[in-house]
Amino acid sequence: MHLSHDVGVWIAALLTLGIFSFLYKDNPAYKLCEHLFVGISAGYYVVLNYYSVVKPNLLDPLFHDFGGDRHYLLLIPLALGILLFSRFFPKGGWLSRWSIALILGVYPALRITGFGQGDFVEQVHGTMLPLWVPGHLGTTIGNWFLIVGLLSTLVFFFFSKEHKGALGGTARLGVYFLMVSFGASYGYTVMARISLLIGRVMFLLHDWLGVLHL
Amino acid sequence: MPLTSFAPFLRGKSAAASVLLLSLGLFPSALTAFPLQATDIPNDGGSRIGLSWRPPPNPPPQWVVLRAQPEKPFAPIDTIGGDQTAFTDETARNGIPYQYRLAALNDATFLSDESPPATARASWFDTAKTNVAVVIALFFALVLYYIAQAERGKKWTFRTIAGLNAIEEAIGRSTEMGKGVLYVPGVQDIDDIQTIASMIILGNVARMAAKYETPLLVPTPSPAVYTVADEVVKGAYSDVGRVDSYRSDQVRYITTEQFAYVAAVKGIMLRDRPAANLLLGAFFAESLLLAETGHEIGAIQIAGTANVHQLPFFVVACDYTLIGEEYYAASAYLSKDARLLGSLKASDTVKILLVITIVVGSVLLSMGHSWLAEFFATQ
Repeated sequence: MHLSHDVGVWIAALLTLGIFSFLYKDNPAYKLCEHLFVGISAGYYVVLNYYSVVKPNLLDPLFHDFGGDRHYLLLIPLALGILLFSRFFPKGGWLSRWSIALILGVYPALRITGFGQGDFVEQVHGTMLPLWVPGHLGTTIGNWFLIVGLLSTLVFFFFSKEHKGALGGTARLGVYFLMVSFGASYGYTVMARISLLIGRVMFLLHDWLGVLHL
Repeated sequence: MPLTSFAPFLRGKSAAASVLLLSLGLFPSALTAFPLQATDIPNDGGSRIGLSWRPPPNPPPQWVVLRAQPEKPFAPIDTIGGDQTAFTDETARNGIPYQYRLAALNDATFLSDESPPATARASWFDTAKTNVAVVIALFFALVLYYIAQAERGKKWTFRTIAGLNAIEEAIGRSTEMGKGVLYVPGVQDIDDIQTIASMIILGNVARMAAKYETPLLVPTPSPAVYTVADEVVKGAYSDVGRVDSYRSDQVRYITTEQFAYVAAVKGIMLRDRPAANLLLGAFFAESLLLAETGHEIGAIQIAGTANVHQLPFFVVACDYTLIGEEYYAASAYLSKDARLLGSLKASDTVKILLVITIVVGSVLLSMGHSWLAEFFATQ
């Protein structure tokens, strides 16, 4: 056993144990770790966002190259950003709605092309498969599974009619496909989570306590 | 950035000057010149110029890419492999005509001609995504058509979604038990479409909570989500005439760090013990941590997300789960707003068209016709 002499490792190990103590029940050690984690991360993100977003994208172009590449247009987002702070003043709080309205309008518009391409058009393209591939029975069966699975799942997400009769039967088939995919996804993700736990236990046993030698 | 041994000589020198230098013996007599093409990359937001060339025989191990703008000398911008035949300059400023040259690194025997001037420009329309534009335009046309129908009073019936009916039931249960409702809008920022959908659902939930005078708590993971959520909740309380019941600490910003946010929300669950947890938004690795803690305190839990990998965790740990599009449909179901119901009807019509298109496309492919499948191919 070779206990670590690194203060940082000790702090990280004790905080890890504090978080793990939640498995027993809520307790002062967990509360301390939780509050430290929340406070430090909130402060960290303020600094991170200033240096990675506000400074390079707004302040530097405005103060160091105002006329270049039409940087003066950045005054508009600057003004909209300042309007968000009007919420601190009860009488002028409504001004922040202009910025919020813009945020809620612009983001879906920006995203729709990406979704339209990746989640819609390309999916349709990927599902159009030949129903018969001569000499490749396995591929043919696979194509049928994919097409039937997708179509029946689409029917499950059809809202305009009650799922009864043939529609209900098809939707039920879609549910089976969904459940099989959820089961596979569950197992796959649990495996990934276990590897995260292993990483943490390795840190405690190897880096901190030194009882595990790799 | 490493320079060629002769790069300083090249700066500002035209091809004619290079010939002069060559005749003066400043360049080796075995200099190999070759043409270099430079063109603006189409279908982008600008700032990119593509270079292409046919490599000379026995090219050097590495090329130095030199760039010049009007009235300025050539200067190196990158070093690339000698086997490459194309390069994209992604640092060009829009509207400036640049010229380029390629020079061999540490080898004075290779030097390309000056490229013709090329100017980077932003494209207004990406022709490679014409099919996406057509599909989106069709969808929007259907949405507008059905919204117009809904506003003229047209009524449609929609199938029941158990999870949505349970939301009012959960809030009612919280009211009876004298406990609160915890609404978690996911861990993504407001630029995520799931978070935006969650804000619309939050408005309906807040209206119900305000009507029943049930305490509602909304911990948020980002300042932008906090701002929007606070506005939504305040507006909802105002809508039902309970603006006096609204408290500014109902909506709180916790932190942007994913697991710190989760630790805090779990703490809230254990200490405030809400009777209903509504987990509606974009969730990732924290989905089971939140749902399991909520299950432990005995709260009725309704979850909804479009993140496929998290749905299984919600299915096993929550009382009701809104799966994928059910989650997006929730806002229309809850609000009964004509515009949202029109969109829902339009999305159903699109699904019918999708089923027909996929079946026809697959049959055509089986018969050897691929034009329909090719229409949907994207780059």
